[in-house]
Order: sequence, then C-alpha cells, then structure tokens
Amino acid sequence: MLAKRIIPCLDIKNGRTVKGVNFIDLRDAGDPIELAKIYSENGADELVFLDISATLEGRKTMLDLVLEVAKQINIPFTVGGGISSLEDVEALLKFGADKVSVNSSAIKRPDLINELSKKFGNQCIVVAIDAKQIHGQWKVHLAGGTISTDLDLFEWAKEVEQRGAGEILFTSMDHDGTKNGFANLVLKQLSEELNIPIIASGGAGNIQHFIDTFQLGKADAALAASVFHFGEIEILDLKRKLKNNNIEVRL
Amino acid sequence: MKVVIIDYGAGNIKSIQFAFKRLGVDAVLSNKLKEIMGADKVIFPGVGEANSAMKMLGESGLDIIIPQLTQPVLGICLGMQLLCNDTEEGNTKGLGVFNVSVKRFPNQVKVPQMGWNTINNLKSELFHGISENEYMYLVHSYYAENCKDTIATTNYSEIYSSALQKNNFYGVQFHPEKSSYTGELLLKNFLEL
Repeated sequence: MLAKRIIPCLDIKNGRTVKGVNFIDLRDAGDPIELAKIYSENGADELVFLDISATLEGRKTMLDLVLEVAKQINIPFTVGGGISSLEDVEALLKFGADKVSVNSSAIKRPDLINELSKKFGNQCIVVAIDAKQIHGQWKVHLAGGTISTDLDLFEWAKEVEQRGAGEILFTSMDHDGTKNGFANLVLKQLSEELNIPIIASGGAGNIQHFIDTFQLGKADAALAASVFHFGEIEILDLKRKLKNNNIEVRL
Repeated sequence: MKVVIIDYGAGNIKSIQFAFKRLGVDAVLSNKLKEIMGADKVIFPGVGEANSAMKMLGESGLDIIIPQLTQPVLGICLGMQLLCNDTEEGNTKGLGVFNVSVKRFPNQVKVPQMGWNTINNLKSELFHGISENEYMYLVHSYYAENCKDTIATTNYSEIYSSALQKNNFYGVQFHPEKSSYTGELLLKNFLEL
C-alpha cells in the first residue's frame, strides 16, 4: 500500500534553515545540508526547501544549495520560493531538484501551471496554497501569506488541479506556528474534492496531530518544521506511533 | 566500468548520476550514439511527458539505437514506460522492448501515485538482498500492466508491473536513485550484472 509521507520542511533564508512563526518571527535552526542528511537517514520520506524570503525580496532560489542536497541525500526533495518561469524550473531540475513548488507566481499568472505541467510533467509540479479564514471563508494569500486575495481556497485548488498540478501543499495560516494541530476539516474537504495528493502543513505540535491529519484530515502527507528541527518529535518515533494506529508508513 | 546515462533532455537526471557517485562510480551523461553503444551499462532515464520524450529520442536517432543495445540497460520511470509497446499518455508508440501496454491509473485513486509503495513478487538478480515488501519511491500517473516480463509488482488500484525484464533490458517504475538505501542497493546490483 502507498505509505503516508512525513516531510520536514526546511525554510531557507540566506542559506540557513529558519522557521517562521506565523511567517513573520524567524528563528535560526541550523545548516540545511546537515539537517537534510540527518532527516534522510532518520526516516523522512521527502524534504521540502522553501526559500521563504524569495517572493518578498525577489530573490531566486539557491541553486548551489539544491546541487549540494542532490549530491548528498537519497530521498526526493521539492524546492519552492520565488519560482516564476519555465527557466527557473528547468534550472532547479537540472541541479537535482525532484519537484518544484509554485505559489504566488501561479496566482498572478495561472497559465504558468499549465506550461510547467506540459513541459516537465505534472508529477514534478507542486502548487503551494496558503490560506486563512476571513469572515468564515477560506481565502488564498500570496507573497508568503502577506497579501490576501479574493480567491476562494476550494475554487483555486480545483483550478490548479485542472491546470495540471501534481500535488497541493496546503498551509493553513490560521494553524501555522500555533502547534495546535493541522486544519483537518479543510484538509478532508480538499482531499475528497480533489484527485491529486494533498500535503498538510501548518500546526503540527505533537504526534497525535499527525495521526489526526491522516485519519481525520485524509492527508496524503504531512509537513512540519520546528517540531522536527528542535527535536520535539523524532521522525522514526512518530512513524512507529502512526503504524501502531494502523496508518501505513515506511519504516 | 563505463556507465552512461542517456541524456536526451528529459527532466532530472543529475540525481541518478549523484546516486552512482555515492556508490563510487562516475557515470557519464551523454546523447552521443557511439558513447552509449560503447558503454558497459546504460541507464535510460526519463521524467516528463511520454510523447515529447519520444520526439526527443527520435530527433537524435536514439529510438533506433536503444532497442538494439546488447549490454545491460536500465530504464527508470518514464524510461521504463518508453521501453514498452505503447502508452496512453499522448497515445504514444514506445520502443517495443517489453510486450506490454502502459495505461493511466483510474480516477478511483489519486493520480499521480506519489510516494513510497512496496514491491512484491521479486524475480530478478536486480533485487539481490532486497526483501519482499520493501518500499521504493514512485511518482507516476501511468503504469505497465502485468505481463510475462514482470519481475516485481506493486499495488495501487490494481497490481501492476513495478519492474520488467527481458534479456538485457531492465525497467523499474520506481526511482532507485531516490529510494534511500534500498534503491542504492538495486543500482549496485545493476552494476554487478
């Protein structure tokens, strides 16, 4: 059976791993290569590198880091942040990234998703969606969650699937940084309404939260950062407990 | 030993080269027919869309050369699918090494299948030291059906071929270069064929 995936996310700024609490207050959490290596050898199923300052400051993602990661680790990884053209994606894949994740640039120009999917195949195109509830409605945000849009989460998610996204990385901004659990109700709805994998992101605080997001949120994968970076949850231990709860994992 | 990874412009092939490097082997990326034909081992990778990949092969004459290779050849992911008769992706005719068709997963399951799934019914020296039910990393929307060339199966909506072999041609649907130490073992086994 296809296993549920555990994905540590390495938010990168100036070549260092950082974790944004609600995307604003940044804390240094180490060297990305070292972390990537440790995670790949300790049960992580995949890694995500997000250049969180890329969109805000117009910085391009770090090809050197991508190349180093590709050399040293033997599990798949996704790179996101500031990707806005076919050339960006081509370069990242050439340097060894397995998948790329687009967010703001896809909102600004949705045809980008079609173009990327057609050229590189939908399996390497992840569309990241940041959303939060405004007056009871889930609204998509861009530029690292700093700018709100009129886009409804579910309509946008369906549109990106239709345009050729291979996977959706959904971050609930209402949950991110709170450590109170994932946005399982929304995740469940996304998972049921769409036919591509959904990665849950935002809110991981303890092991039960992961159990819940797979069982209640119907997520295909769960992504977290600080609980892993600061050793609050050990991935192998997490996976053993998921298995004890009859959740299929790779151990 | 000379290992050549066929470079015909299809997606991420650096990772395969890096995986061999971790095994202590310098694999060469090449689209030169002579260099490919002269290699001890050939890797036929592929990430992307079948129809455009076949077109790229056609433009360089690789579509003629690849089926004629006599050394061990390992098709990975789309590379494996292109070694089959045909694929529903873009209604593309393949290289016809494996006598089997490639179909799209039905919508009862999420497409693409993305992540780690188990391999079973292992029937080749390619899997030496690899146990039944070990996990490999897969990312694909299309699958090869079961056939007489099947040397490993995986279950996703149905039981399909996650590896194929015919004579000197091997194909794996999963990405050994991304499948942690199990995948590296498979690549090592391939080098020892």
